[in-house]
Amino acid sequence: MPEFSAHLGALHPHRHASITDVTDELPTLTEILETLTFRAGFNTNMVILGTTLLGLAAGVVGVFALLRKRSLVADAISHATLPGICIAFLAAVVLGYEGRSILILLVGATLSGIVGVLCIHAIVRFTRLHEDAAIGIVLSVFFGAGVVLLTYIQKNASAGSAGLDQFIMGQAATMVSADAIVMASIAGVCMLLVVLLLKEFSLVCFNESFARATGWPVSLLDLIMMALVILVTVAGLQAVGLILVVAMLILPPVSARFWTDRLWLLVLLSGFIGASSGYLGSSVSALLPRKPAGAVIVLTAGVLFVISMLGAPARGVLATLVRRLILNMRIASEHLLEAAYEQQGRPIPVDQVRGLARLRAWPLWTLPLLKLTLNRKGYLASVTTEGWRLTPAGLERGAQVSRNHKLWEQYLVSYADIAPSHVDWSVDQVEHVLTPELVAELEHKLTMHGIEVGAS
Amino acid sequence: MSAAVHSRPRRRQDTGVTARPEHSKESPLAVHAMTVAYNKKPVLWDVDYDAPPKQLISIVGPNGAGKSTFIKACLGLVPSASGQVEFWGDVYKRSRHRIGYVPQRESVDWDFPVSALDVVCMGRYRKIGWCRPVTRKHKRAAMECLERVGMASLAKRQISQLSGGQQQRVFLARALAQESDLYFMDEPFAGVDAATERAIVDVLRELRASGKTVIVVHHDLQTVREYFDHVILLNMRVVASGDVATVFTEENLQRTYGGRLTLLSEASEAIAQAASGRR
Repeated sequence: MPEFSAHLGALHPHRHASITDVTDELPTLTEILETLTFRAGFNTNMVILGTTLLGLAAGVVGVFALLRKRSLVADAISHATLPGICIAFLAAVVLGYEGRSILILLVGATLSGIVGVLCIHAIVRFTRLHEDAAIGIVLSVFFGAGVVLLTYIQKNASAGSAGLDQFIMGQAATMVSADAIVMASIAGVCMLLVVLLLKEFSLVCFNESFARATGWPVSLLDLIMMALVILVTVAGLQAVGLILVVAMLILPPVSARFWTDRLWLLVLLSGFIGASSGYLGSSVSALLPRKPAGAVIVLTAGVLFVISMLGAPARGVLATLVRRLILNMRIASEHLLEAAYEQQGRPIPVDQVRGLARLRAWPLWTLPLLKLTLNRKGYLASVTTEGWRLTPAGLERGAQVSRNHKLWEQYLVSYADIAPSHVDWSVDQVEHVLTPELVAELEHKLTMHGIEVGAS
Repeated sequence: MSAAVHSRPRRRQDTGVTARPEHSKESPLAVHAMTVAYNKKPVLWDVDYDAPPKQLISIVGPNGAGKSTFIKACLGLVPSASGQVEFWGDVYKRSRHRIGYVPQRESVDWDFPVSALDVVCMGRYRKIGWCRPVTRKHKRAAMECLERVGMASLAKRQISQLSGGQQQRVFLARALAQESDLYFMDEPFAGVDAATERAIVDVLRELRASGKTVIVVHHDLQTVREYFDHVILLNMRVVASGDVATVFTEENLQRTYGGRLTLLSEASEAIAQAASGRR
């Protein structure tokens, strides 16, 4: 049975003599299945459940941080928690409480996170600095103060201070059932508030001034959103650590954004991606000992982001490239078909095709792709030394394209004021957009100028 | 309609204190002694204005004259250093359900995951109230507003895939969905295509016909006479305000635009055109 033993690799260099002395054993299939189906022991289950719920809450809340363009505020908050944690520890020790009580430490973390947010607001409000600079200032100064306090505690305080530094890198293995219950309630609160206030949040994120003018309490709504961000950030300190927790708020919503243009779907998807990252990441880290769970969770979210960025059908990079290529090919083939139409049925000499390619400044790979495109549409009969010969369908399309272009040009000339919003060069036939009467009028004007329009 | 040309606020002879004019309950907007400043520098200085009801009103003035700031200060979006704003003789808080707003198109990020219809529905959020979902009834009302600006066929489209003019029409439809009696529009004609301009003008006339008052920040001097009844010439203070026919004169424009020669020649051209067009 795999036991959780996430270590702070950076802070506690482990005992191997050399870094090549790696003794990780790959888990067996049974172990993998056991872990993924919550049969790998109570402790492991709690860790996986807790991080999954954390991912869910962070994904849902992160959407609004992203849309409000406040994602990086979360980073400042998480770094600003460190001095709070240390001060809470010192205060607890002085007052004679158990300094390592997680509750006391998280209260301290929350308070100093709030102070951090207030500092950002104060800097933006009272100086000419922008929010990005304010975030940088708060993040580094608070974190610096935290490190100083932490070093002081480790040098001077009792042995009880061990483990305070787990908040920097996170140590999911320390999660117990109580933590999982806390995560569950946090995720519940986040989802409930988002469901109730979806339209209010979206209004404030999209158009603050309109929200204000129509009487919504923008500051209150901002406060609720910020409170949720602080809640999730503090909840994630234990598992993911204050350096990486911001990734849980940013990666799921930006990944989900590639897949959808609808807000409620974005919230659902982002929650799902966050939960999956938590679930898969902590499972992997349970199966491979000595892999810090927090970092593995963030890496999992990173992998999901890369997949979304490349593969998403609507806004993904690959889909966008393919769409642009298809559009370029259609425009190129229309130019070729138009040229073919002007040859009146004879094949287009190879030289002329090359000339067209030069004139239109087509990249090298256009011609082979163009051949493929025309073949697939059934427009190209053969390519010989004589030239490119089109099928009757190709010639007919050429006639149509030529006619469309002439009519659109005439339309742009005759109705310059309204035409640009109506002209669509890509339609099969002008008649699909303009009324038959208007087309007849345009044809008449063209013939008056002595331009042959061709049959429709 | 009176054509008041303000130079300085009238002063009471006995006390030397500026008299507060009597604002009637009829007036949809009454601004008194409004001064707005950003970072020590005043943007609007002692603005007094009484809007006539049921008219199309344009605010005209050079860049940086405080036209947008005037609207924003009326709506409480920027704090005013001093002065009072009343709507139908009441404060903004109690009248804002009767006030619609079209912000500048550039003021928002259009790559936002909502459709055109969703944006128009935002105009009804106040009527819907806290925590309630947008019901079918409100969606239908929003759809009607999209129809009025000629955008019904694009209702489902994500807003970043609309052209600038179409986005502007979506904003206009959202204001219509507010079903207000007074509308503030911040540069609705900026950078739109001719079809959109025509659609906006039609809507403005419809609004006037149904007894609404519309206050529009406008930058195109050529169309002021054609589109509007009433004009505010603004350059930090109100240079002149009143009926377009009496106030929109070369002399007043010169006082508004000062020595900015290019603008001035544009202005006189506009007047010459309007004069010949009036017949």
